[in-house]
Amino acid sequence: MNTLIRPAISLFVLLSAVTGLLYPAVVTGVAQTAFPTAANGSLIVKDGKPVGSELIGQHFTEPKYLWGRPSATGPMPYNAAASSGSNQGPLNPALVDAAKGRAETLRAADPGNTRPIPIELLTASASGLDPHISPAAADYQAERVARARGLDAKTVHRLIISHTEGRDLGLFGEARVNVLRLNLALDALYG
Amino acid sequence: MTQHAWILLGLYLTILLLLAKPVGLYIVRVMDGRLAFATRIDNAVFHLCGIRRDEEMGWLKYALAIILFNALGLVAVYALQRLQLWLPLNPQAMANVTPDSAFNTAVSFVTNTNWQGYGGEATMSYLTQMLGLTVQNFLSAATGIVIVIALIRGFARHSAAGIGNAWADLFRVTAWILLPLSLVFALFLASQGVIQNFAAYQDVTTLEGSSQTLAMGPVASQEAIKMIGTNGGGFFNANSAHPYENPTPLTNFIQMLAIFLIPGALCFVFGRMVGDMRQGWTVFVAMTVLFVVFAIGAMTFEQQGNPLLANVGAGGTAMSTTALTDGNLEGKETRFGIAESALFATITTAASCGAVNAMHDSFTPLGGAVPLVLIQLGEVVFGGVGSGLYGMLVFAVLAVFIAGLMIGRTPEYLGKKIEAHEMKMTSIAILVTPLLVLLGTAIAVMSEAGRAGIANPGAHGFAEILYALSSAANNNGSAFAGLSANTPFYNGLLGIAMWFGRFGVIVPVLAMAGSLAAKKRIPVSSGTLPTHGPLFVTLLIGVVLLVGLLNYVPALALGPVIEHLLLWSVK
Repeated sequence: MNTLIRPAISLFVLLSAVTGLLYPAVVTGVAQTAFPTAANGSLIVKDGKPVGSELIGQHFTEPKYLWGRPSATGPMPYNAAASSGSNQGPLNPALVDAAKGRAETLRAADPGNTRPIPIELLTASASGLDPHISPAAADYQAERVARARGLDAKTVHRLIISHTEGRDLGLFGEARVNVLRLNLALDALYG
Repeated sequence: MTQHAWILLGLYLTILLLLAKPVGLYIVRVMDGRLAFATRIDNAVFHLCGIRRDEEMGWLKYALAIILFNALGLVAVYALQRLQLWLPLNPQAMANVTPDSAFNTAVSFVTNTNWQGYGGEATMSYLTQMLGLTVQNFLSAATGIVIVIALIRGFARHSAAGIGNAWADLFRVTAWILLPLSLVFALFLASQGVIQNFAAYQDVTTLEGSSQTLAMGPVASQEAIKMIGTNGGGFFNANSAHPYENPTPLTNFIQMLAIFLIPGALCFVFGRMVGDMRQGWTVFVAMTVLFVVFAIGAMTFEQQGNPLLANVGAGGTAMSTTALTDGNLEGKETRFGIAESALFATITTAASCGAVNAMHDSFTPLGGAVPLVLIQLGEVVFGGVGSGLYGMLVFAVLAVFIAGLMIGRTPEYLGKKIEAHEMKMTSIAILVTPLLVLLGTAIAVMSEAGRAGIANPGAHGFAEILYALSSAANNNGSAFAGLSANTPFYNGLLGIAMWFGRFGVIVPVLAMAGSLAAKKRIPVSSGTLPTHGPLFVTLLIGVVLLVGLLNYVPALALGPVIEHLLLWSVK
């Protein structure tokens, strides 16, 4: 046993220092030098102030903005200091009730729109911070946004198309629209 | 399955195959101490730490070394959590973690489980994340790898007293395999948007004028080893669904590759070290076949969607069923969609990773049964780093034994006679986890404290408990996360399941390695059952499914099966 204790302790201390201090420090040093924006949270700065992160969704309720995915974080939606999904099972009545409530809210904000509502506007994201919606979910909201801003719906549709990212390398993931980026563009172009 | 899903699966397997063999051959060189540039550093470290590099340990000494080393990790992670408020690198002034949660998390990270009863960004200081959790991400992965190397040496050597030097093995795996891979991967992640800083949480004013606090931290460095070491413990509560852990579909794809990279490579390590590459290929093919079947299942079921939501979003025309055909997006991220989420869930539970990019609790009943069953098979479909292959080799020994009974010959595997001692160890290694899972589930279901944690009503609530125990005892770490598990009851119960689920398998595996190494090699004869080729692949898959699954059929019937029948009968 004695022949085990010295190697155990010294190897443990050495490897802890290397993997727990040196390694994160080196990664931080290189990342802060080579990719400072990404390493610090991909913040979007407007008039010298950070207004959010490109990667973290925000909670939108005003009709003039596109709305993102429903968020299940507590105590408020899009709490970026406590990410979480709803964890509701497929048979949970609360899941269906929540979806119905979201559908009512969307229809009430845009009574003339009788098209089916894309599923991701009815279901909570995994992180509660999803920054994206699909182009279909953005299009669904275009008329509401246009009306609230006194714009032609075609203008909003065009903006959605120009803000649509395809699959990564044409292969991975899904086509998507960054909600915060699009809303910032709406504000910048049309007040 | 959509066309996109097929392409994704095909691409994934192709790239994995291209990477696995070269990485495997590199691992062999590292473990044989044949890396030229590493020798001087190795020698200096061994000298410093009092390690005699040429000392060959018997299995018992090897096991003691491993357990002692892991016990030190347990103490360190526990202490860091209990003292973090008074230690540096805690800009958010995170409080000291409670004793039961700290115990659970310490066991969890030391055993490569990375079950998380806590939410990372609301609980852990940066120092705890780095010096406690990241360190164990490395060391628990190294532990798994050295165990399988020791077992392979048991097959490869003959008439030998030792199975290697635990200290030299641990150091080489960490320094020359895990660390370089992680460094490269972490920097790639950081370039794509995974954060890496020591700043305090950032307050921003949103477009609508409310305030939002963005959690920060040294994420990329932990994220890299979390995947490469099949650990799976997220920096944040939402794990790889969090945009700061997994910002793009591209990072997601590379993360999926990182999970299977070493487990896949180890198949070729096995083939090379026993001197017959066909043996490695056989295991690799058996794993791939099982994996493809489960992956197709998960992607298909999730694409089917939830019939209860089918008409909620229907428009003015009764025809519209958009919601149903778009699949089950509850608990999934838009950028990953159905295919990437379901594939990730399959990979993370086939391996003992347990990272998630979607919430398994919200999967369809059968879509969620795929990760559950993969965990219950013992995570031998590629599996955890090391643990997957040693689990699969234990099944291979069992397969050889069963075949031996059928053809009436003494079973042998790779020139070693499989005798009573090996079969005892095999039985313990295979039975210890079902025992922990089923007994643990029974205890939880029968006790008030256990039932109190349930989040979803009905059969799904039972499935949450079954998943928790399966995940803990098999060292996966993913969850049906609705279960409120950060209670003294679950922290204790799951902590015990994780510890014995890990070392209750490692010790018999090492014992088997020791006895195999000591045996003479018997030459191949016309009566030898070949352990390569399609016949043995079929036999191996059959044994894995039969033995791995039979234990759980009644429990599965009470959970996902009932739930599936209910879901599709509700109108």
